[in-house]
Amino acid sequence: MSTTTTGPQTSGTRMDTGEDIGAIDTLRRGVAISPELKEGVWATLLLAVIASCGQVVVPIAVQQTLDRGLNGPGGPRLGYVVWMGLAAAAAIAVTSTASYLMTSRLFATSERGLATLRIKAFRHVHDLPLLTQNTERRGALVSRVTSDVDQVSQFLVFGGLIFVVSVGQMLVATVLMVVYSWQLALVVWLSFAPLFLSIRYFQRKLSAAYGVVRHQVGVLLGAISEPVVGAAVVRSYAVEDRTQRRIDRAIGAYQSASTRAQKFTVVSFSLGGISAGLANAGVLIVGVLLGFTTDMTAGKVLAFAFLVTLFVGPVQMGTQILTDAQNAIASWRRVIGILETPADLVDPGPDGVVLPRGPIDVTFDHVSFAYPDGPPVLVDVDLHLEAGTRVAIVGETGSGKSTFAKLLTRLMDPVEGAVLLDGLDVRTIAQESLRASVVLVPQEGFLFDDSIAANVRYGRLGATEEEIRASARELGLSEWLEGLPRGLATKVGQRGESLSAGERQLVALLRAHLADPDLLVLDEATSAVDPRLEMQIGRALERLMEARTSVTIAHRLSTAEAADEVIVVDRGRVVQRGPHRELVAQEGSVYAGLHASWIAQHDA
Amino acid sequence: MGSEESQRRSTTLEGFRVLGHAIRREPGIFVLSTLGSVLFAVLTVADAWVLGWATDHVVIPAFETGEIGAGLLWAVLGLFLGVAILRAVGIVARRLGAGVMQYRMQAHTRRAVTRQYLTLPMEWHQRHPTGQLLSNAYSDVEAAWAPIAPLPMALGTVVMMVIAVVQMLLADVVMALVGLLVFPLVLVANLAYQRLASPLMTHAQGLRAEVSEIAHESFDGAMVVKTLGREGEETERFRAKAHELRDVNIRVGRIRAAFDPTLASLPNVGVLVVLAVGVARVTSGQTDAGDVVTVAYLLTIVSFPIRAIGWLLGEFPRSVVGFRRTRAVIEATGSMPHGGEALPTTPVGARLEVDGLRYSYDEEAPLLQGLSFDVEPGRTVAIVGATASGKSTLTSLLTRLVDPDGGRILVDGADLRDLAHGELARSVALVPQNAFLFDDTVRGNVTLGAEVPDEDVWAALRAAQADGFVAALPHGLDTRLGERGTSLSGGQRQRISLARALVRRPRLLILDDATSAVDPEVEARILATLRHGAMGDGDSTGGSDTTLVVVAYRKATISLADDVIHLQDGRVAGRGHHADLLSSSPAYARLVNAYEQAAHEAGER
Repeated sequence: MSTTTTGPQTSGTRMDTGEDIGAIDTLRRGVAISPELKEGVWATLLLAVIASCGQVVVPIAVQQTLDRGLNGPGGPRLGYVVWMGLAAAAAIAVTSTASYLMTSRLFATSERGLATLRIKAFRHVHDLPLLTQNTERRGALVSRVTSDVDQVSQFLVFGGLIFVVSVGQMLVATVLMVVYSWQLALVVWLSFAPLFLSIRYFQRKLSAAYGVVRHQVGVLLGAISEPVVGAAVVRSYAVEDRTQRRIDRAIGAYQSASTRAQKFTVVSFSLGGISAGLANAGVLIVGVLLGFTTDMTAGKVLAFAFLVTLFVGPVQMGTQILTDAQNAIASWRRVIGILETPADLVDPGPDGVVLPRGPIDVTFDHVSFAYPDGPPVLVDVDLHLEAGTRVAIVGETGSGKSTFAKLLTRLMDPVEGAVLLDGLDVRTIAQESLRASVVLVPQEGFLFDDSIAANVRYGRLGATEEEIRASARELGLSEWLEGLPRGLATKVGQRGESLSAGERQLVALLRAHLADPDLLVLDEATSAVDPRLEMQIGRALERLMEARTSVTIAHRLSTAEAADEVIVVDRGRVVQRGPHRELVAQEGSVYAGLHASWIAQHDA
Repeated sequence: MGSEESQRRSTTLEGFRVLGHAIRREPGIFVLSTLGSVLFAVLTVADAWVLGWATDHVVIPAFETGEIGAGLLWAVLGLFLGVAILRAVGIVARRLGAGVMQYRMQAHTRRAVTRQYLTLPMEWHQRHPTGQLLSNAYSDVEAAWAPIAPLPMALGTVVMMVIAVVQMLLADVVMALVGLLVFPLVLVANLAYQRLASPLMTHAQGLRAEVSEIAHESFDGAMVVKTLGREGEETERFRAKAHELRDVNIRVGRIRAAFDPTLASLPNVGVLVVLAVGVARVTSGQTDAGDVVTVAYLLTIVSFPIRAIGWLLGEFPRSVVGFRRTRAVIEATGSMPHGGEALPTTPVGARLEVDGLRYSYDEEAPLLQGLSFDVEPGRTVAIVGATASGKSTLTSLLTRLVDPDGGRILVDGADLRDLAHGELARSVALVPQNAFLFDDTVRGNVTLGAEVPDEDVWAALRAAQADGFVAALPHGLDTRLGERGTSLSGGQRQRISLARALVRRPRLLILDDATSAVDPEVEARILATLRHGAMGDGDSTGGSDTTLVVVAYRKATISLADDVIHLQDGRVAGRGHHADLLSSSPAYARLVNAYEQAAHEAGER
């Protein structure tokens, strides 16, 4: 009976959602991650100023030409019209060119910056501990390096700088207004006060609302990817309807989150329009009233009304950008969140020690392990494995055997104690050296959607076909390989699903053999292979492992019998160790019990 | 080539057709948002009118007379605010309407696309990587319906534009016609934009899918990447595609960067041309200066609608590409047609007949070559064969995950292809080699949403020897298992997967090496339960009535079977009881006795 089981580790090593990063902080960190975004920003800003000045200058030039040149009090003034027309044409040319240069520069820098962000985030996902990777659905993880990044791009191109320019225009318009009449300028600012004061409120609301939207995108992709990957189960159990209902729920949740965010956007935007109406009315009324007591004239009031439009335009543009920005920032946060999730299996980097090549000896120095918030899986394991030995680890399901393998290959770090290879704490060994010397072959070997050759080369990049064939010969897999319709070029399909589970294990084994490790850890690596082939491989491995250390987790009696030493794990503790013959002789022991059930099975 | 050319040319038309779909699907909300937009446009004009009115009737008289009635001031405030509030209403209707319409269309398409994912056969899935399907369901859908956002605005401004054009024509036909030359130029600019941008955007959407593909596959295989230290190589693979996408996006950006200012400046250029012509006509006395001013002003008003329409057209290339890509999924054929026949609803085991079954993944190397056998109700048959002999393929055929190239499979005399959807799943359950668990609770994973009382779930878990560890989980049946059950060990996953099959009380149970990761001792108990009908205290929950087909290597499993079928070279090489086959077939003996032989050899050393 398996009692100690790996509890579900749903809490603890969570992926950072980035939710608690403020907007300004997001921008700051975002730019720090993608320094490209800063490149040539001043030149682009200058272009933006020219382009947006043009948007004001061109209509004014046209208006002046019409008012003074054509419609002036003294009839059409031809020379004035020609010169102003030429000036306007020049302004159009300059403005358009500046606008073209600005937008294409913005596209270039933001796409470069975002590519960097995407790549860094992708890399970081791989650097995260296995446990953390498993806390988020693959589909949701994908959304963080795809759709979330795409969402930021829109804002960077059409938002960021335009916002700066809008604020600038607002300030210039304010100065002009104050010069004309400080009282009327005050009226305009008072009219917009409710809008400016409510911006923070709406920004917070929008930030939360778009945070939900982006989260729902992740949920949606997770909900879609799961049944796609598990398509066989969905079909063979005919649970399409139920699965569709789950997907539909995610689609609906995303839809309503988007609609909700849109509501806030719309309300905050329409407030701007009302403020503008208030400002126009206020300027006329107060202007008229000022006329009774000051030197205010009708002409001045009307000129001021024109200034107000110069102020309103950028304000509306600015609020529009701020609302769009929240969507982008919510996305940006999620990507930054990945980068902020600690990769707690820290690669010592250049300080890392390099393992000497050659058989490795292994020490477990009082190692304990438990999943976050879970019961202990391994308790105070303290043992030493001589270099060059073949060790079998046996025990019931859930006794901690696989955890043993994961600690040994540093997929996880112990909670207490240390794992030492050749006397070096694995935490101090450079990742590259560790991965080159220590290889794990798991029970369900993942294959990439490519040829067998490409998958095998994953173990040693640049291996020639001849080397691969030689490896297969050494493992006794030539017959199988030659029997495949396209040999090494056979495509394995997604996750290797075009092959049978047994064949996938063979490819994984071949891959590990080609990697030429000094310490090979096999976790039920041939469980799906037929007995005859398994025995052949077993014998081949025995030969090949002679000058190396190997640790095999096994159910099979034969594996344990062939090992130099057997380690028996029971409920997280090492309860027996020694050669098969000795252990089996210890009557009433765990190993004797396991042995009896094996015998019963095979003599049946 | 030719068709590609015509495809490119019609991007604008196709873009409108895509929008047509949306309008037909959501007419109400479309009308609402368009009305909102028209209201907005009209009130924008009204705003100028109010300013004019206030100038003439309030400001100028007030300064001239030196006095003003409070009523008039209130009227000014009321008029401005009234217009502003109505305009805000217009904005809300337009933008919220457009948003709601856009999100509804996205949801419609997403539902249609994901329905296809669940309907299309396994063979289609093998050809379409998960990452690509994610991109179809998210990014392509977003792209397809993006033009809905600027649509009402563009339509509303058309009203503005029509008013302006009519007024222009009334002022001076010649100058109006000169001014209206702006429109063909806008058309030319748009055509140029669509032709340049469309192929790039098609490429970009394809690359987005590839980026998603690499990300999904790489994250899926994260453990292999980690154990072999291939993070660098994976990042390189991702980087290459991400950079390709970046470069295409930058090229798209350059085109977009040229298109926007071109559209913005065309009306201004038009004004200058009108001025030139106007000055000539004024000096020759054909028209007066006032009309020139009117036409020129009206032309500047037109510039805003043109930009708004430009924003709409600017979205078209990506929209058309996204729409085509989602259509490709929605219109994909190859779904497995189902018949209408039903299977009997008795607790008695099903009868299975396999007749001349042929199947191959590769024509040059047929896998199953005329496989025939049958299994009587309630019998247990073990399928034994070397790795890659086609056992797993056979189990996929038996549960109709794939259809055979030739031959047929009959359950209770009915061809699987003639059964109604869901009929087969009601009677036949497959427990696959690699257990697939959903990110759901233990209960959800066992029942898959069926209404099953907890005691039956526990009975199934007990029969699968999973009750012990499930009871020890923090929340028992309600414990969530994480995506693909990552929180459980391989053997535990297999047992949950087995319980999932057992709870359905199948009349034919197929185990594809489904206990390979389970301890021998536990496995023995499971098999004994299945064999002796001990499940649920011998009631009808499977038990000895169930017909059992077991793909197995372990002798303990094999020896429990009434009959063994030895699969070799795609045919039945031998059939009989285990002991008989051992003595009659040396190939069979070599295959299943390998462990004993190894132990024997080890003993001799």
